Amino acid sequence: MKVLDFENKLLSLYDKINQLKALSEEGSIDLSKEIARIEQRAELLKKNIYSRLTPQQIIQISRHQNRPDSLSLINLIFDDFVELHGDRLYGDDRALIGGLAQIQQERVVVIGHQKGHDTRSNIDRNFGMPNPEGYRKALRLMKLAEKFNLPVITFIDTPGAFPGIEAEERGQAEAIARNLKEMSALSVPIISFIIGEGGSGGALGIGVANKLYMLEYSIYSVITPEGCASILFRDAKKSDIAAELLKITAKDITELNVADDIVKEPLGGAHHNWEVTASNIKSFILSDLQKYKKIKNNKVIIEERYNKFRNLGQFSN
Amino acid sequence: MSILDWFPKKKAVSASGNNKLSIPNDLWVKCFCCNKIIYLKDLNDNFKVCLKCNYHFRLTPEERISYIFDKNSYNETNPNIESVNFLDFKDTRNYSERLASAQKKTSHKSAVITGTAKIDKQTVNTGIMNFAFLGGSMGSVVGEKITCLFEDAVKNKYPVVIFTSSGGARMQEGIISLMQMAKTSAAISKLSEASVPYITVLCDPTTGGTSASFAMLGDILIAEPGALISFAGPRVIEQTIRQKLPEGFQRAEFLLKHGMIDCVTHRKELKATLSKVITMLIPYNKKVNKLQKISGKNIKKDISK
Repeated sequence: MKVLDFENKLLSLYDKINQLKALSEEGSIDLSKEIARIEQRAELLKKNIYSRLTPQQIIQISRHQNRPDSLSLINLIFDDFVELHGDRLYGDDRALIGGLAQIQQERVVVIGHQKGHDTRSNIDRNFGMPNPEGYRKALRLMKLAEKFNLPVITFIDTPGAFPGIEAEERGQAEAIARNLKEMSALSVPIISFIIGEGGSGGALGIGVANKLYMLEYSIYSVITPEGCASILFRDAKKSDIAAELLKITAKDITELNVADDIVKEPLGGAHHNWEVTASNIKSFILSDLQKYKKIKNNKVIIEERYNKFRNLGQFSN
Repeated sequence: MSILDWFPKKKAVSASGNNKLSIPNDLWVKCFCCNKIIYLKDLNDNFKVCLKCNYHFRLTPEERISYIFDKNSYNETNPNIESVNFLDFKDTRNYSERLASAQKKTSHKSAVITGTAKIDKQTVNTGIMNFAFLGGSMGSVVGEKITCLFEDAVKNKYPVVIFTSSGGARMQEGIISLMQMAKTSAAISKLSEASVPYITVLCDPTTGGTSASFAMLGDILIAEPGALISFAGPRVIEQTIRQKLPEGFQRAEFLLKHGMIDCVTHRKELKATLSKVITMLIPYNKKVNKLQKISGKNIKKDISK
């Protein structure tokens, strides 16, 4: 597994532990006391590191190549899932997936950005950057959900919508804009989770939700810190400063009332334990589904969502 | 030693040549596109469109008002809403400072002005974005004013005409600026329900968060010739795909060809086009009722002829 630079110290402690363990197995010397001592130190250091991560370090975790992807989480969370393909207009986008799913007795439509875990799978998934057909597929599935009165669950994990020639030709801006408008008036509840990167309009395109939750080490930003730094400082390497300024961590986004709550991750980040991450998300989904089941009037759901976004904005008058 | 060294080197001559000509600033301007020198009065008489190459100069809101709306018909709404630096954003300059100097430069308080006005005696709700104000970027204030404009239209039923010119979301307001995309788009869904026409005039440039929200959601999309209209900026795309972009890429004519907009209209024709479109979109019955009120008799028959 790829080790992040701020974890190096920790890693060297684990190396030491492994060495000592090997040594004690080989010889007759009892090193168990020594091992326990270092293990304790490692655990302390781990807690220490992860309790005060900088935004830049959180970005690294949110982009970790072993971070759980949408399809894997869907398979861990839901009892059953049927993937549905295509926008019926142009093609099937492999960077944005969706389908019908069942969790206990509840049926839902689930949609998510899809990243890969290595170069090959990332190229196949276009690094989680959808083209217009991805957003149009998502809208088609949301309309399907509305027709059969199924709640919509979305998993957000994208650096942004794909900036390419064909994407522009086929109307990337229009596709995202339409989703924002249609999602705001959808008569079924939409529950969104940012599971990794929440990259700008590409994230919002499936994120106009009644409830938005962020995984502890996920981010949500109007522009990548690298892009922001290259515009404001004319130097993409100053992205750590931009990351601080933009307020992109789950804690910041929740304080700004954009996200409703934070979903805990296992210590060290979701990539250390996919199952725990999935079960934490699952409990949020189940409790919300119970809550929305009681709302019989669909207008209440639309108004709740409308008012949430209507009230976002700070200015003086 | 080369033989060339015997000859004195020629002085570098710049092709643009504007540095040597001493021209009074207020009489002549150079076209940004074809570099030709144009007499300012001719340019103004031609709706600020280059007489040689048809380049559409960017306009101030005041110029826009004078070209499109009936004389003295414009009334501004919410003129005093102002941005605040709620994230305490400071890059090379403090956001508050940037705001203050933009306000001074444009003599407007924000990157959009909204209000009501008349086009050939037909009242409209209108928003005019101002690229000179921090790149026309959309933060809380632009989002709020545009949303209020749509909400006003739901009540007063007058069509909405918005002239967009914006680089996208205002990053100094972080995630809150992104949320303005959802907020304005949500307001449009209410406008649609109320069957109030919404016309967008896409002016140079309309990109990023603005194009990916209320700009592209007009019932009718009209673009000014040559306007850059895109989701991602050309530079970002070039960096991503490492290819040169084709000529005319993301310009109004390119979008027309790809079926993304309804028409490209010369600024000279814009008022007439808007007037016609509005006349044809306003519900028939409403128009009849209004005419009935004016003339005091039943003219339904005359109209149906």
